[in-house]
Amino acid sequence: MAEPMLELRNLRKNYGALVVTDDVSLAVNSGELHAVIGPNGAGKTTLIHQISGMLPSNSGKILFAGEDITQLSMPQRVAKGLARSFQITSILPGFSALENVSLAIQARSGSSFRFFGNAAQERALNEPAMDCLTHVGLSARAHIPAGLLSHGEKRQLELAIGLATEPKLLLLDEPLAGTGHDESQRVVETLRRLKGRLTIVLIEHDMEAVFSLADRVSVLVYGRLIATDTPERVRANPEVRAAYLGEEEMV
Amino acid sequence: MTELVETSSAPALSLGRRLEIVPIVLFAAFAAAPLLAMLSGAEGYVLSLLTRVMIFGIAAMSLDLILGYGALVSFGHAAFFGLGGYAVGILASHGIEEALIQVPVALAASALFALVTGAISLRTKGVYFIMITLAFGQMLYFLATSLAAYGGDDGMTLASRSLLAGSTALENDFALYGFCLLCLFGVYAFSRSLVVSRFGRVLRGTRENALRMEAIGFEPFRYQLTAYVISGMMAGLAGCLLANQAEFVSPAFMTWQRSGELIFMVVLGGLGSLHGAIIGAAAFLLLEEFLPEILHMTSFFLAEETRSHLAENWKMVFGPLLILIVLFVRGGIMGLLRRPRHG
Amino acid sequence: MTATLLFVQVLNGLQFGLILFLIAAGLTLVFGVMDFINLAHGVQYMVGAYLVAAFSAWTGSFGWALLLALPTALAFGLLLEALIFRHLYDRDHLDQVLATFGVILFLNQGVKFVWGAAPLSVPVPELLAGSVEIASGLLYPVYRLAIIAAGLAVAAVLYVLVNHTRVGMLVRAGASNAPMVSALGVNIQRLFMVVFGFGAMLAGFAGAMVAPILSVEPGMGDNILILAFVVIVIGGIGSIRGAFLAALLIGLVDTVGRTFAPNLLRLVLDPAAASQTGRAVAPMLIYIFMAAVLFFRPSGLFPVKR
Repeated sequence: MAEPMLELRNLRKNYGALVVTDDVSLAVNSGELHAVIGPNGAGKTTLIHQISGMLPSNSGKILFAGEDITQLSMPQRVAKGLARSFQITSILPGFSALENVSLAIQARSGSSFRFFGNAAQERALNEPAMDCLTHVGLSARAHIPAGLLSHGEKRQLELAIGLATEPKLLLLDEPLAGTGHDESQRVVETLRRLKGRLTIVLIEHDMEAVFSLADRVSVLVYGRLIATDTPERVRANPEVRAAYLGEEEMV
Repeated sequence: MTELVETSSAPALSLGRRLEIVPIVLFAAFAAAPLLAMLSGAEGYVLSLLTRVMIFGIAAMSLDLILGYGALVSFGHAAFFGLGGYAVGILASHGIEEALIQVPVALAASALFALVTGAISLRTKGVYFIMITLAFGQMLYFLATSLAAYGGDDGMTLASRSLLAGSTALENDFALYGFCLLCLFGVYAFSRSLVVSRFGRVLRGTRENALRMEAIGFEPFRYQLTAYVISGMMAGLAGCLLANQAEFVSPAFMTWQRSGELIFMVVLGGLGSLHGAIIGAAAFLLLEEFLPEILHMTSFFLAEETRSHLAENWKMVFGPLLILIVLFVRGGIMGLLRRPRHG
Repeated sequence: MTATLLFVQVLNGLQFGLILFLIAAGLTLVFGVMDFINLAHGVQYMVGAYLVAAFSAWTGSFGWALLLALPTALAFGLLLEALIFRHLYDRDHLDQVLATFGVILFLNQGVKFVWGAAPLSVPVPELLAGSVEIASGLLYPVYRLAIIAAGLAVAAVLYVLVNHTRVGMLVRAGASNAPMVSALGVNIQRLFMVVFGFGAMLAGFAGAMVAPILSVEPGMGDNILILAFVVIVIGGIGSIRGAFLAALLIGLVDTVGRTFAPNLLRLVLDPAAASQTGRAVAPMLIYIFMAAVLFFRPSGLFPVKR
């Protein structure tokens, strides 16, 4: 089999004596949708921060498409094709939805050290941005300032921004958090359409979504990876059931 | 689909167009002012005051570029004023009076200073950034006071204004006025272009959410530093002009109070509109100039002695006025102009 | 000769550093606890000096003047807090900088209005006049030694207050997490007032102490304010310990640097160039020092954990 898209080797993160990521090793195959689940406080978001480059790791290696990216900054990783969304919505509230996305396109196409010409009117940026918005079902809201979008729409916008960076790997940190039923349905549909076209690492609490979407599931408990397997087998795993007992109901 | 893309920034533009009237009126007023000055009978006074307004307008606008569009509170911007002024003064004292040499040297010095201090300052955030820019400003101020060969504390008087391509045209107040107006317009046009350009959009994005910008692949530092250097060069140009207008340079060009005044001009005019900074500079300087007289006039019901005492201590009114503006006039003068239109 | 000169300069540096500390202590607490930039802190130092000048002219005694000046400085600080600063706590730093800048303009002119533009002088109290021989053949003014002693005493009191009292605990907690402290049911508004008034009084005390050795004039607080900011930024905002060490460092670097920079440069440059460069570099030293500290430690030497 081809080399994995993302490989973590003995990754560690600790704050003093508190170990948040404990010797995590994981391989995410090219093209798969890999879900990471775990009880609250398991260190899932920290792991995403480490992979995306927002937090440095204390030891271990992160390989992306075979290349060691452990020392690269977040923007450098984005340039290599590693995009992420945030658990707490992070957008540019004063920019229109379209501009939010077209800035991400701009980051990938040509120099941004251009002092002349109105960027908001560059077709080469706006057209692909509009395509991304259409993809997540937001094209009708393209010209609304992003800060005025509903919560669910902001989640969709985050997804569109992530897609606009043309990633090989998309890290999604709870894309369904706080969305209503219809909105979460729409995001799930979008993810289903994306599946297979790019590699996705998904953190999500909505077990129904996780088990219907994921090719493989990893379970993180107190910073330690206790299982990586197909959804069916993870669901049957007694260790996983124990970890979740009393936490929330498994589907 | 294509139609959608073309009208992409329609709402912003129509608002923009309605406000275009402000800069047009502003520049028309600057262009017409010399005529009025001739009619007023006090043309020397009017011209020199308005020339100063335009020069401070350039400096305030340069600050607005990083403050209003990049949220970088530089508290040492007067240092560039000083760099520009001293470049003119020092070169002139060595017999180099040609503006075509002085101005590029001033710009290069400002750019270099901005590059070095910016690279250090931008490592810090928030309050630390304010304070470190202040410290660099003070550093340059004390350097200037210790330059015994160039007047030290007292500064130095220029023998004459700069030559322009060998001619002494700038000796004429009208010519200097025109030259400053040209510079103001040039800087304004460039800044307007810059803030909507690809670069400007990244800068504005960084102001709103630096983390998001990193997550889509931009290194905020590079864009902020570039903006800081551009802004420093513009303020350096203003310094060159101020030295010519005053025919004098001194460390007083770059006191920290001067940096504070520049920030105030930008906020008074309204952050992030460029021409707001020019209006802010005008309002500040005119207020400073006429507040004593206004106080004297409006206090007609008091005894003459009290009135002149009041006029003499106009800063005691100016300070509280500043506080009241900060507390109650949010968005500055441009904000006031904008508000009724929104309804 | 050089050794005794060095000793005197170190004492001067210590004295200057302690004065800086008195000002910086209030500033760093106000900054740390309230996240409030108070440019007007320097004028409180100036007001302290003017108060002591006025009261000592009135009572004829420095001791009484100091005793009267301290509560007045405190009251004045509280008045400013209630009138202006209170409305600025939830504003951004830019608004705070500007509004307190307005306060500076007003008060600098205000003291001119009341006491005139000419510098006032305050006689050194008789009890502390004269010099004392601190080493063989080395005379040092008693009053300056008194400043050093007073500064150290205040530092010690502050240390006890901040580390071993309930209010001090709240202040420390507030410096690292203000919302948490108010969530615990502490009246944060009153805590702010206490911190603010106390800081104003310390600055006033510093102004009062230097009144006999400096000329009391409008604007005297402006430059020392900037130095105090340098101190708290180097020390780490919100840290009293950081402010103390940084104040002493700045005091020493500035005082000793001014004397010895030319001498040191003479090792590498010819004498004329050395004294020229030395005089140019000396006033910049502390700012270079600050830039260097922030380059390596962007949150100061003793960052308060948030």
